[in-house]
Formats: sequence, structure tokens, C-alpha cells
Amino acid sequence: MLFDALLLARLQFAFTVSFHIVFPALTIGLASYLAVLEVLWLITGRAVFLAVFNYWKKIFAISFGMGVVSGLVMSYQFGTNWSVFADKAGPIVGPLMGYEVLSAFFLDAGFLGVMLFGMDKQGRGLHCFATLMVAAGTLLSAFWILAANSWMHTPVGHAKNAAGQFVPADWWSIIFNPSFPYRFVHMVLAAYLTTAFVVGGIGALHLIGDRSNPGARLMFSMAMWMAALVAPLQVVAGDLHGLNTLAHQPAKIAAMEGHWQTRAGQPLILFGWPDMAAETTRWAIEIPKAGSLVLTHAWDGTVKGLTAWPPDERPNATILFWSFRIMVGVGLLMLLIGAWSSWQRYRGQLTGSTLLLRFAVLMSPAGFVAVLAGWVTTEVGRQPYTVYGLLRTAQSVSPVDRAAVAASLVAFIVAYAVVYAAGTVYMLRLMLKPPQLDEPDIDPGLPQRAAGITPVPALGEASGRE
Amino acid sequence: MFDLAFVWAALIAFAVLAYVLFDGFDLGIGILFPRLAAGAERDQAMNSVAPVWDGNETWLVLGGGGLMAAFPLAYAVVLPALYAPITGMLLGLIFRGVAFEFRFRSTRRKLLWDGAFAAGSTLAAFAQGVALGALVQGIPVVGRAYAGGWWDWLSWFSLLTGLALVVGYALLGATWLVWKTNGPVQQKAYAAAWVTGLGTLALIGLVSIIMPFLDPLFRQRWFSWPNMVYAAPVPILVALAAALLLVGLSRQWQRAPFLAAVLLFVLSYIGLGINFYPYILPPSLTIWEAAAPAASLQFLLVGALVLIPLILCYTAWAYWVFRGKVSATGGYH
Repeated sequence: MLFDALLLARLQFAFTVSFHIVFPALTIGLASYLAVLEVLWLITGRAVFLAVFNYWKKIFAISFGMGVVSGLVMSYQFGTNWSVFADKAGPIVGPLMGYEVLSAFFLDAGFLGVMLFGMDKQGRGLHCFATLMVAAGTLLSAFWILAANSWMHTPVGHAKNAAGQFVPADWWSIIFNPSFPYRFVHMVLAAYLTTAFVVGGIGALHLIGDRSNPGARLMFSMAMWMAALVAPLQVVAGDLHGLNTLAHQPAKIAAMEGHWQTRAGQPLILFGWPDMAAETTRWAIEIPKAGSLVLTHAWDGTVKGLTAWPPDERPNATILFWSFRIMVGVGLLMLLIGAWSSWQRYRGQLTGSTLLLRFAVLMSPAGFVAVLAGWVTTEVGRQPYTVYGLLRTAQSVSPVDRAAVAASLVAFIVAYAVVYAAGTVYMLRLMLKPPQLDEPDIDPGLPQRAAGITPVPALGEASGRE
Repeated sequence: MFDLAFVWAALIAFAVLAYVLFDGFDLGIGILFPRLAAGAERDQAMNSVAPVWDGNETWLVLGGGGLMAAFPLAYAVVLPALYAPITGMLLGLIFRGVAFEFRFRSTRRKLLWDGAFAAGSTLAAFAQGVALGALVQGIPVVGRAYAGGWWDWLSWFSLLTGLALVVGYALLGATWLVWKTNGPVQQKAYAAAWVTGLGTLALIGLVSIIMPFLDPLFRQRWFSWPNMVYAAPVPILVALAAALLLVGLSRQWQRAPFLAAVLLFVLSYIGLGINFYPYILPPSLTIWEAAAPAASLQFLLVGALVLIPLILCYTAWAYWVFRGKVSATGGYH
């Protein structure tokens, strides 16, 4: 059967998590960006910081709401489609995700309302504190979710009980498992870059129309600093993460590189088509020995090929090879725009090149592409396991009929198509308006709320309506 | 008896009850939405819950997440068993959740999002009721997995509980509007509260009569000595809450009907708890059989005991901030 219940459940998870990750990637970055803007506004008192803050705050609210709604689906899918995984790994993954919910619920819900609606009512100091707490909340959410995810890649600190469940033995080593620090840094930087390119692209778009728009200039300038500084940092973080993966999941690296035979002096395959059946990478364009240099930092280092593992232990090399190259390719384009904009800035003509501005507009969704490609690489690369080396994906799936999984998959696709199309349209509509120096705050007549908000306008007025 | 598993069962039971009460009235407003005139009346109804609905819904995430962390086996058995109702609930919640935001951003499609809000709220409420009915009827477990088919949740009883929850949430919504609005919306809410109030009482009665016949365990809880004495206050208090509701509605009191509706829900919930305890899935799994290892329960309990009281405090504060009547146009502003 081509589409068995297992494959359908995997497709459903891939589909819903891919939609979900887009929004946290933007909200984590935007939350920190908003915090920086507000702090700069408080320090300098320049109106443009507040204007840009108000501009992105509205977009942040929509993005946050959609992230919460799609996150709700994720939190139940572990049970509906992956019940055996939930039973076996629940004692470890469950509390980590429980902390995610609690900390996100607490920090975001407590302070998001103040941040979105409370500027006039709460005073600047408290408002700025709320914005900082929201930023901290998004990072803390990422911390717990990535701890859970990383444990599934590099499981340590557990024992097994008689019922076959993973039982926590040492929480510290479970949370700070070997791949967690690398994955956390890599993902947070990715979220920052994603946001930087959205902000920079939108700034560039409005600069093309009006080079003197101060809000757009600020957005573009700040975003290009991020591209120049964080993109190279991300290359370093990505390289370290890759070496960590080589140590713990060498099969994933072999698939990413399209290596089939174990040998010293592996080539660096630039392009090609890994053929899983034929156990070879077709039409390979390669640099001799460079693969070993990259992975082992030695020309003659030995690097394992996929044939070192039996076929049922190999992740899908065709997907991994290309998803990895898409991520790296986008990363190189980010480096390029960072270098180019630095050169323009050095010449005192940051906004002088229309070509650079157009390039930045084109690159505005780049971060999303890289994030999705990166997650495909790491998650498909964990296959055929959910808990790497210990629990197979095929043994994690719920005992649910194929028809049920197929029907719910179709339902989610239709629902997400409607809901996210509409949400994206509303976000784009906001982004297509040029920022104004007296950028209006969220319209107080508009009950625009994202999940977990307890907004705080009008303490006095509310009571006057009895 | 009073151990980690018990504490966690109490915590999750509390989260679910908090969810049912909090989200119940804002789902109820969605269910009543078609009864309100498009435009100002609907805006007024929506504004009465807009500041709080998302916080309300987060209790559902907490309940689900807590269940997975504290009772992974129960989570792993229940969700496949209730696959279709859970999926329906999630789809309903997606549409009604985004409708809060989208209907104010769109003029041409406002009616469409109104429809999504009403349909999504009704579907979510119905699916939750069906899930509850299926849970009460019992879920077959073999080994550590659900052992039934994917239509097993469907029965006349689960359809009845689905209907009961839709009507009950509508009552919560109607009495909330009675409290929080005035003018034509309030008058419509009084009328709706009468219909849904009588409906809720009839359905509570019907379900309570049927339940002891579903499982000898339930029968024993209510009709054997001395259990009868312990359980007796529940139906007596239900009768008092019903009286408060009916008197409150006929004298056009503003707050008592909502209080009475909440009491009815709390008492029905306690009644269910009497049926269930010590099972988390009667008659297959007790809370101790389903509980995660102590190391898991302890680890998360620390965070829960610190953060849940804080969450409750600022939830109370938020409701205090948004006290009073809501106007048609400006929300609480």
C-alpha cells in the first residue's frame, strides 16, 4: 500500500508542524526585535523607534495568534496519531512540553496584553518590562520545545521501566542532552535571521517608493546589520551543529552529503541525485577530499557512508541531500546580502542601490525557506526513529485506521489553506502600508487578541459602564 | 491514596473544569451568534469575550499537555479512541479562534467569518460533548493500547451528551450576555437563557438517569449504602441551582443566572467525578495505572504549583479589569 496509515500520519505531522513552525520562527524574532526597539526608544527618545515598534506590533499579534492555534493542533496530535510514542516517551517529553505550556502561558499571557494594549495605561517602564518578558517567554518556549525535540535526537539520562516506557533518571542531562545547546542556538539565530529578512525586505520595499521614509530606513538598516553579523555567526553555529550530528547521528550526515561508501578523503559533493535503491549518488559534481576536510577538519579523515548501515536504518538521502542544500544555499545568499549591504554602508550609501533593495525584497521570505529546509533535514534525518536508535517511527504510530488518518489529513489541509491564506493576506496588507512617523497604535476599537492575552486597557472606563 | 498521582489527577480535573467554565461561555456565545443581528449586536457579544477568550482556551492546552505528562498511558489510549471528535474539536477551534481576529479586519467577508465563528464554536462544543459521552461509555483497552474501531465513539448516548454540551454552553453564553450586556442583546439573551436553561436541566436529568444503567460501577456509586449519603448533596444542590436559575430569569436578575449556570456545570462535573474516581478511564484504567513515574510527576509539579496560582491571580485580575457592561461599539474601552 503506497499510503499506509504510518505514511499518512507522518505526512499529517509534517504538514501541521511545517505550518506551525513558520509562526514561532517569526514571533521569536519579532518579540526580541520589538524589545530592542522599545529599549532604544526609551534611551534615545527618537520617535522613529516607537513608530517602527507600533508597526511590527500589529503584525506580531496576528502571527502570535496563528502560532497558538496551530500549536493547539500539535499538542493533541501526539496522542491522536502517535499514541505509542506518547505512552513510551510521555514521561520524558510530556513534562518538558508541560513546562513549555506553563511558561508560555504565564509569561506570554501575563504580559502580552500589557504589551499590545497597555502603553498609555501602564507607563513606559512597566510597558517596556512587559515587552522584555514577552521576548523572554518566546525564548523560554523555544528552550523547552527544543529540549524535548533534542532529547528525541540524542536521548540520554533515562532508564526503561517494565512497561517499556522511558523513565527520567536525570533531568539535567535529559534537558541539556548532547545536541540541545547546538540546536537551540541554531534555531534562535534562525528565528532572528528570519525576522531580520522579513523586516529588511519590507523596509526595502517601502524605500524603493520613498528613500526618505525614516521608518523604512531604520528597518532596512537594522535588518542589514543583522544580516552582516548574524548570518556569519549562523554559519559557525550550523557547522558546530553539523559536527555534533556527525558524532551522534552519522547516518544523517552521510545522507546529507550523499556519501555511500565509508572512506578516507571523502569528496564534497556539491550537486547530484542520491539514489536510495542503487546506493549511489548520480550525476555527482564533487570536490575531491573536501568532504572529509569539512567534516573531520582533515584531508584524509575517514567518513562513514550510508552503506555502513543496513537499508532499514537509513534516512532518505534524496530528501536530506536537497533539503540541506536549499538551507545552505539560502544561508549563502544571506551572507551575500550581509556583505553587500556592509559595503554600501561603508560607502555611506546603504539605501543607494535599487538593486540591493530589490534583492532584499526578494529575500524577505528567505528565512522561512531556510527554517523549513533545516527542520526537514534534521527530522527526516532522524528517521526511521522517533527516539533515535531506541524507538522506531513504525512502532510509535497509533492503532488508528488508515481512513481516519486520511480524512483528518484532508480536513487539516483544507482548514489550514483557508485560515492561513486569510491570515497571510491580513498580515501582508499591514506590511504593504508604508510605516508612518506617527504610526498609530493598535486601534483601540478593534478587539484584536492573540491567544493567552489578558489585555489591560481602560481600567477606569470599564468600571464606568455598569 | 493522597499521593502524586492523586494530586495530578486533581490538577488535571481542575484544568479541565476551568476550561469548561471559561471557554464554555465564549463557545456558547458562538453557538448563539446566529440568533443575534449581524453588525452591532454581534460585535457587542463578541467584545464581551474578546479580551479573555484566548486565555480561556489555553486551559485546554494545559489539560491536554498535563494529561500527556502525568498520565501518558491515558493520553495514549483516549486520543486514538476519540480520534474523530478530537479532530472535529480542533478544526472547530481553529475556525472560531481566527474568526475573532479576522472578522474585524474584513468588511466584505465579515458575514463569512461570523459563520465560521458560529459553526466552529458549535462543532467544538458538540465534539467535546461526544467525546465525554464516549468516555463515559467506556473505552476498550488491550495491553497498553486502544482496542476499538474508529467509529466506536458514535452512539445515541454520545450524541445525546454532544447535544447536552451544546445546549449547556449556550446557557453559559446566554447568561454571560445577560450579565455583561444591556439593550436588545440582553433581551435576546434572556429569551435564549430560558430555552437553553430548561433544555440543560432536562438533559442533565436525562443523562443522570441513563448513566447508572451504562455501568454497574456507576450504579453502585449512587445507589448502594453508604455511598448514597455521600452522593446525595449533589442532586440536592442541582435542584437549588436550577431554582436559582429559574427565579433569576423570571425576575430578570443580571448576575444570578450566570452564577446558577456555572453551579450547574460544577455540580454535573462533580457528579461525573463521583462516577469516575478512582478510574481515569472507567472501567479500564485507574489513575495509578495510568500515572507517569514519580520522577516525571514531581518534576512538572514544581512548576505547576508555582505557576498555576499566578495564572489564576492574573486571570482574576483581567476579569476585574474588564468588569461591567460592554457597549455595542467600543468594547470595554
